[in-house]
Amino acid sequence: MNLTLKIWRQKDSNTKGQMVDYKVTDISEHMSFLEMMDVLNEQLIAKGEEPIAFDHDCREGICGMCSMYINGEAHGPDRGITTCQLHMRMFKDGDTITIEPFRAAAFPVIKDLVVDRTAFDRIQHAGGYISVNTSGNTQDANAIPISKEAADTAMDAATCIGCGACVATCKNSSAMLFVGAKVSQYALLPQGQVEAADRVKNMVAQMDLEGFGNCTNTGACEVECPKGISLDNIARMNRELMKASI
Amino acid sequence: MSGFFKSSIGRKIAMALSAFFLMFFLLQHFAINILSVFSPDLFNEVSHFMGTNPLVQFALQPILIFGVVFHFVMGFILELKNKKAKGVSYAKDNGAANSTWMSRNMIWSGVAILAFVILHFIDFWFPEINTKFIQGDWSGLHNGEFRYYHELQEKFLSPVRVVAYVIAFVFLALHLLHGFTSAFQSMGSTAGRKKTLQTIGKIYSIVVPLGFIFIAIYHHLNHNH
Amino acid sequence: MALNSKVPNGPLKDKWTDYKNKINLVNPANKRHIDVIVVGTGLAGGSASATLAELGYNVKAFAYQDSPRRAHSIAAQGGINAAKNYQGDGDSTYRLFYDTVKGGDYRSREANVYRLAEVSANIIDQCVAQGVPFARDYGGLLDNRSFGGVLVSRTFYAKGQTGQQLLLGAYSAMNRQIARGKIEMFNRHEMLDVVIVDGKARGIIARNLVTGEIERHSAHAVVIASGGYGNVYFLSTNAMGSNATAAWKIHKKGAYFANPCYTQIHPTCIPRSGDYQSKLTLMSESLRNDGRIWVPKNMEDVIAIREGKKKPTDLSEEERDYYLERRYPAFGNLVPRDVASRAAKERCDAGYGVNATGEAVYLDFADAITRYGTEQAKIQNIDNPSDAKIYELGQKIVEAKYGNLFQMYEKIVDENPYKTPMMIYPAVHYTMGGVWVDYNLMTTIPGCYCIGEANFSDHGANRLGASALMQGLADGYFVLPYTIGDYLSDDIRTGKIPTDSPEFEEAEKAVKDNIDFFVNNKGTHSVDYYHKKLGKIMWDKCGMSRNEKGLKEAMKEIKELREDFWKNVSVPGGANELNPELEKAGRVADFLELGELFAKDALDREESCGGHFREESAEESGPQKGEAKRDDENFAYVAAWEYKGEPSKAKLHKEQLEFKDIELKQRSYK
Repeated sequence: MNLTLKIWRQKDSNTKGQMVDYKVTDISEHMSFLEMMDVLNEQLIAKGEEPIAFDHDCREGICGMCSMYINGEAHGPDRGITTCQLHMRMFKDGDTITIEPFRAAAFPVIKDLVVDRTAFDRIQHAGGYISVNTSGNTQDANAIPISKEAADTAMDAATCIGCGACVATCKNSSAMLFVGAKVSQYALLPQGQVEAADRVKNMVAQMDLEGFGNCTNTGACEVECPKGISLDNIARMNRELMKASI
Repeated sequence: MSGFFKSSIGRKIAMALSAFFLMFFLLQHFAINILSVFSPDLFNEVSHFMGTNPLVQFALQPILIFGVVFHFVMGFILELKNKKAKGVSYAKDNGAANSTWMSRNMIWSGVAILAFVILHFIDFWFPEINTKFIQGDWSGLHNGEFRYYHELQEKFLSPVRVVAYVIAFVFLALHLLHGFTSAFQSMGSTAGRKKTLQTIGKIYSIVVPLGFIFIAIYHHLNHNH
Repeated sequence: MALNSKVPNGPLKDKWTDYKNKINLVNPANKRHIDVIVVGTGLAGGSASATLAELGYNVKAFAYQDSPRRAHSIAAQGGINAAKNYQGDGDSTYRLFYDTVKGGDYRSREANVYRLAEVSANIIDQCVAQGVPFARDYGGLLDNRSFGGVLVSRTFYAKGQTGQQLLLGAYSAMNRQIARGKIEMFNRHEMLDVVIVDGKARGIIARNLVTGEIERHSAHAVVIASGGYGNVYFLSTNAMGSNATAAWKIHKKGAYFANPCYTQIHPTCIPRSGDYQSKLTLMSESLRNDGRIWVPKNMEDVIAIREGKKKPTDLSEEERDYYLERRYPAFGNLVPRDVASRAAKERCDAGYGVNATGEAVYLDFADAITRYGTEQAKIQNIDNPSDAKIYELGQKIVEAKYGNLFQMYEKIVDENPYKTPMMIYPAVHYTMGGVWVDYNLMTTIPGCYCIGEANFSDHGANRLGASALMQGLADGYFVLPYTIGDYLSDDIRTGKIPTDSPEFEEAEKAVKDNIDFFVNNKGTHSVDYYHKKLGKIMWDKCGMSRNEKGLKEAMKEIKELREDFWKNVSVPGGANELNPELEKAGRVADFLELGELFAKDALDREESCGGHFREESAEESGPQKGEAKRDDENFAYVAAWEYKGEPSKAKLHKEQLEFKDIELKQRSYK
């Protein structure tokens, strides 16, 4: 198939960017979206132009590195996937595809489609851990039984890949799904409960400091999340914060 | 505690708390107004009670006004903050793919409701304050009869006002369709209650505004002059 | 320099404990004055950084991604082994040790493997304490599954995302230390050389990938944890950015490179669909617990399937060849990876491949679905359940176990694996070879350590499933933090290492010159053009089976390709900006050297062992006909290569492998 691509180009964080049109031809429907981008970049290199910078790494939907806003949606029109898992069979011959970087004041553009998501890391530094040293004589893993339900719900929250699609999708650029997932994972496990109150307070404070917006419960993040992280995690974070503060 | 309400989640919870209060107020306002359809006398009596009871007048009324003002002001502040948090907006954004129109446009339905509230104050509240506090007339009587029902009917004579009310209540419904469940979600309601709350929320958000619309149209068509 | 593995004396089971009791320690107050650089923040690097920082060292950690959480350890699906014996099925440290040595085809270092098995149980305890949500049973205790090549159930897992959860655990431990200021994290930085001062590794030269700035970083020791070199094949299950640059740079500065030819070709990957393919996707080995692998018995059926005239589900049981169950009745579909991969290749080479490229076999869940469905019907007291009901019940169980993998398959291939068998084919997945290290995990450069997949030590010639995560975390959490202290105890009075020495100067200049060459070269071909060509040579001639002629050709072709690369490569963009093409150019330049050494090593090893199959060395008769033939008399050694200016001139050093506690046998899974 043949496609027209409208892609955001921006030299660096200090330069103004703009949308630029490109054409690609003979795209197979079995290609992944990033393979289509590879084809475009090979074309650009052959013409002596600078290829489009975009983040990607594992290309199997788990590292959370890829981050495009495709036709108005984070990771494109398909559900439960990252951009690298999006396949060209989702598009039709002759389509125009708009490709933009994830937008949020807390995710400044580094170049073209590459954004800086280290704000997420800083939120994790604020409390996204359990304080346990590596000694080799921590208690036996089976010493505290954890109900299957709690373990499974914690796992569902822990499955977040930190891609930032929630922030990109949210009209308010809120990071609450991301933070809620981490707070929930630990709040659901006995090991995490000791530090639960400080954790939620510190992580929320850091989230606010980074300039993420406020959640208005539109639920868009849950729909666009490649790992299907549920909005319940935000509710749980709200409960945890109330519990910790009052 | 003070730190709590400065945090993003604290503010969100404050929004939810004021919303709960406003939704409760709306419900009781509706309950009283619908009486006007069935029994003008009962309506007059209840209105007089509400209009003259010191607890209602001097305790609940200020709280209500504070609630309304707080909800609007905080709503606008958060909207501005959120706009800033997005920074550059998308060239193409397909919000309809992942969220409802209502949830994305609370600020606009809110603005419409604010405009209505101003109209409503001009219509009812200012005259009430004028009668009671400036003229000092706490009798509730006009020509020897309770004036409330009569005043109500008077207002809905004008079709322009009725249309304005109907439009405002449609916006109220839209606001509530997202706002009702959103407030519970903000308060951290658990996953197990989600379905029930969604159902109650839908019923509330449609029945109450529809009821107000019905009242307005009813009095427009049935005024006894 | 002669190789000294520094394996402590004494009985195997006491070596590690005795050794730990006797090595030198660094006083807590002195650790504050010692800096350690860790390059790579996957399971090994992440866990090492966190633990070293907990101990009190100042850690500088480097990752080429934007966060440690993105390291490719995250993609490991199936699980992590540990000798916990929670299932009471006879597991023990010895048995895990034995399985790993046997699985590695007796080409690993006994003492290292025993230590690995010994600390394996601690890893599970540590991870649970960190909040890793491992799968649990209804009693609230940890659940296990089985993996290939073993007869016990010792694999712990977190859905199909075990690597992710373990990495996030290590990442959380790092975060705690970053918050304390004990780890300084350098995201989007790539190490481009090691700096050696007075014979010791004392720092690195790194490029800030965002600004292009070349930076000098000094430390008292350097730890390389940069993963494997599977991307030398271009197509592999590795991440696009996975590279051998850090490992190769230390090799060029004096670290020996061991057994580069030991590569694991994973049997269950999604087949290639076209030339544009950029990477291959793995389907967890855990699928072989329940899936049965087959190809049609008759050629007519193969042709009919390829032409779309028949569907795999049309074939009756008699028309199918469950070739693993046929050839290896004892282990069946759970034979080790190398055996399963070669068996798939054998069938496809014989023409029985079931897709258009002829490179695919079926992995079928129909039996498992029926089996689970019948069981569920019993549990739920459903009398005379219909086939559809059984299928529905069974599908639910399969979905609970492998749902995310099935979904991933469907997204890529656009076929529903609940309804039609999956198609799979082997793909390059893991490299057992790597930088040579001694028992302390130190390379032949004093003060330069190498851990995780980047070193060679634990998996011999073939790695068992769920052992990579175990090794990465064992090295990082429990081995390196002890052994490095022994070395650093000499450095308590050294003080900060200055970065203005001539050694740093010189290393930085070489790095800058190299970058300048790339951005100024007026070439005609993109970096990927060369990478794909290299990958094809590697796959065709150094792939699942190798022979002398092919390997000699490979060496010659790679050398020619490398020479062409240095003349005609085209790298757009500048040096002082984010430039992904420039990053790739440096990595491919190193692969073009490593590939040649790989072929040279494979040529030298005239035996078949584990992932290395030499066509000249196969059983010619008897029940094992066609199976790999190991030659313990001549090849029971680690081939450690010393860099001598050109890969082809590399000098071979042999570390003889001794097996005192294990009898060398032919691996039989029949």
